[in-house]
Amino acid sequence: MCLAFPAKVVDIKESLATVERAGVKRSASLMLLPEAKVGDYVLVHAGFAMQIIDEEELKLRDALIAEMNGAPRTVFSL
Amino acid sequence: MSLIEKIFALAAGKKNLRFMEVCGTHTVAIFRAGIRNILPSNVELVSGPGCPVCVTNDDFIDKAVAYAKISGTIIATFGDMLKVPGSFSNLAEESAAGADVRVIYSPLDCIKIAAENPDKRVIFLAVGFETTAPTAAATILSAQKLGLTNLYFLSAQKLVPPALKMLLADSAVKVDGFLLPGHVAVVTGTKIFEFLKIPAVVAGFEPEEILLALINLLRQIDEGRAEVCNEYKSVVKAEGNISAQKILAQVYETVDAQWRGLGTIPNSGLRVRDEFADFDIEKVLPLEVKSVKKNTACRCGEVLRGICKPTDCKLFGKACQPLHAVGPCMISVEGVCAAWYKYGGFKFE
Repeated sequence: MCLAFPAKVVDIKESLATVERAGVKRSASLMLLPEAKVGDYVLVHAGFAMQIIDEEELKLRDALIAEMNGAPRTVFSL
Repeated sequence: MSLIEKIFALAAGKKNLRFMEVCGTHTVAIFRAGIRNILPSNVELVSGPGCPVCVTNDDFIDKAVAYAKISGTIIATFGDMLKVPGSFSNLAEESAAGADVRVIYSPLDCIKIAAENPDKRVIFLAVGFETTAPTAAATILSAQKLGLTNLYFLSAQKLVPPALKMLLADSAVKVDGFLLPGHVAVVTGTKIFEFLKIPAVVAGFEPEEILLALINLLRQIDEGRAEVCNEYKSVVKAEGNISAQKILAQVYETVDAQWRGLGTIPNSGLRVRDEFADFDIEKVLPLEVKSVKKNTACRCGEVLRGICKPTDCKLFGKACQPLHAVGPCMISVEGVCAAWYKYGGFKFE
């Protein structure tokens, strides 16, 4: 039910943003996250941006997922 | 030391520990990654009432079916509601029989449907927890701004903290800690869970994030602490999403709500405020439906409280399978029984 995904805001028109993840673009409402700016990474759920994602945390997460998929170990802090 | 080695080291020599995840997406993520199979034998993960579809009562479906039967009505819903059984029928059957039932991704899609069908009555089935409820509230505000007069909401949204409170008060439910729902906490923040007084950790949804949260729970038990910790810091803040909370409070007020399998929980539901009554289908077009209490051997109610495992139910995997499910826990893709069935490898330990 709560299928949320992280995506980057690439454009904003009024309260509607265009967000991108892995080359796929969708629109997402910013009514619940008016402070989001172009360039921010946001969590998108049911067509709404819900929260700005800490970019460092997201990079760390992506690195961990890459490790699980067979990439060499790069995360030593956890 | 790897994450799983840390879990083994922390769990060694401890009594049997039961941790409850209260989010359907966690349930599925735990099964898909096979986490249950690699945990120490004294650490058990049990699933709680974390799937909004599973806790939706029969009479809500009965009402939705009754509205769907009225001509000139379009029912808009998230896809996982289609097969949830009511007393006599479900929305998939009504759709097959000719009712206009449309599956949407976002509540905002309803605005487009309503604008394109000005002569029809569009009813959105608003289910979900704190994560989804603000999106419905924002949609009502948008519809009001656009002057739409043919979009309505049938609401059965629910709040997680009151359900946790009830579980803790239930002596049959024995848990040593909670994996708190990550995306609910995105909206509510972490402070709202501080009443729990047992170890609780907000977790993300990737396997390693769930393992990190388990390490945190075990550390708390090891050190005799009982706190609310946040292991999903990339998106969860202590105060949550204030804008979403404000919009939610502007449109909805809390009421007592019926949970399938759990009964009535005080202040655990959301009702559209009177100022927005024009969008509340139950106020605009009230319907009386007769719900019938079904007598089946389905044990969803106990499964949802972690009191029994799906495999303890006589129907599981036999009369009750995803294609012909008896209880909602087998229907929703995030239901506990469906996850056991799909990922159990037909061994169902």
